[in-house]
Amino acid sequence: MIYDPTVVAPTNLEEVYELLAERGRRAKIIAGGTDLMVGLNAKSLAAEEFIDIWRLNELRGIDDEGETIRIGALTTYTQLIRSPLIQLSVPALVEASRTIGAIQIQNRGTIGGNIVNASPAGDSLPVLLALDAEVEVGSIRGVRRVSFNNFYTGYRQTVMGPDEILLAARLRKSKPNERSFFLKVGTRRAQAISKVVMAVKVGTTGAEIKSISIALGSVAPVVIRAFQTESLLTNSILNATIIEQAKRTVSQEIAPITDVRSTEQYRRTVTGNALARILWRLM
Amino acid sequence: MKINFEINGVVREIDAPPMKRLLDVLREDLCLTGTKEGCGEGECGACSVIVDGEVINSCLAPICQMQGANVLTVEGLSSDGRLDPLQQSFLECGAAQCGICTPGMLISARSLLDVNPRPTREEIRTAIAGNLCRCTGYIKIIDAIERTAADL
Repeated sequence: MIYDPTVVAPTNLEEVYELLAERGRRAKIIAGGTDLMVGLNAKSLAAEEFIDIWRLNELRGIDDEGETIRIGALTTYTQLIRSPLIQLSVPALVEASRTIGAIQIQNRGTIGGNIVNASPAGDSLPVLLALDAEVEVGSIRGVRRVSFNNFYTGYRQTVMGPDEILLAARLRKSKPNERSFFLKVGTRRAQAISKVVMAVKVGTTGAEIKSISIALGSVAPVVIRAFQTESLLTNSILNATIIEQAKRTVSQEIAPITDVRSTEQYRRTVTGNALARILWRLM
Repeated sequence: MKINFEINGVVREIDAPPMKRLLDVLREDLCLTGTKEGCGEGECGACSVIVDGEVINSCLAPICQMQGANVLTVEGLSSDGRLDPLQQSFLECGAAQCGICTPGMLISARSLLDVNPRPTREEIRTAIAGNLCRCTGYIKIIDAIERTAADL
């Protein structure tokens, strides 16, 4: 039999909610297709029905909410890169978006897709985690907000129910004493799936680190925070000794695997070195 | 599923399964075989086309999302038998070897020059970062794009 799934294209969010309430996981949502179509082409993924949300403009856009920025799930990486608001308030997200695929992917790939695809190698995810993002999910039952810290429950698993759709991510704007960094290690600058990807948010008073969030991808089954390393560095004044300690701590508290892209040992070493490189920039 | 879209300036209606790839519709339904399939997973850029002003991989776009869209393929670059200056420049610079990447390179370059007529070499490299040339003829490709920009 020729594989010929049906596609429904709802014109508003209410219709999406109703379709999902009825079909649940039997139907698959498609947006920009940059992950999903790869699976379809490789026949590693199939569904009888797709819900096409690409034209659902109510899920697209970047809104300044004062203290926070709300990014609609269908916002593409190109839209993030071009947004003056994101450039000013969340430059680490611009940096991350520039490293995702190349222009062809950035024009179609969406931040919502990166979140729900739930790959530990999703390059925008450490930025969201380091910046204390919150995500908004909706269903016929209503809209709820989930801290991004609690969004993933295991490898490629999220807290979303079968009737729910991701609506947006919400980021807190940086305070004047806070800086954010993004660093990705891949085989080449474009089109690379990361071996290690890192985002760090640091708040300082003079030479002292008052707060630090270190978020890492590709080094555990889900994107993770390096809490031990964060406590080591909080209320410290950076010097060569503490940077060495942070390198060792972070390389121990991650749980990388050996796979086609890299080895466990390489990932441990490079994660330490990458963090050290960011910390040296703070001194 | 009936899809109406504009392809290289001509409005066409086709009837295709909704999840059929734009790439396959171009090559099989419309006989526009200039657009190539390389990897089929969004890595190589051989299937690049411009949709509503933005370059995308046609192997990752289902045809159902093209309703009402404006698509430009390599066949649409020349007009009245006259090559696009980029195509002329690729010829003169020897920027095509085996030729498989060339349609995608031309499309990415066109997309760049449409918004940035005087790109730096670094900007050119970024614009074609999603297009792989396995003959590795990148220098001549960059030269050709740069020369087109200089001649504009």
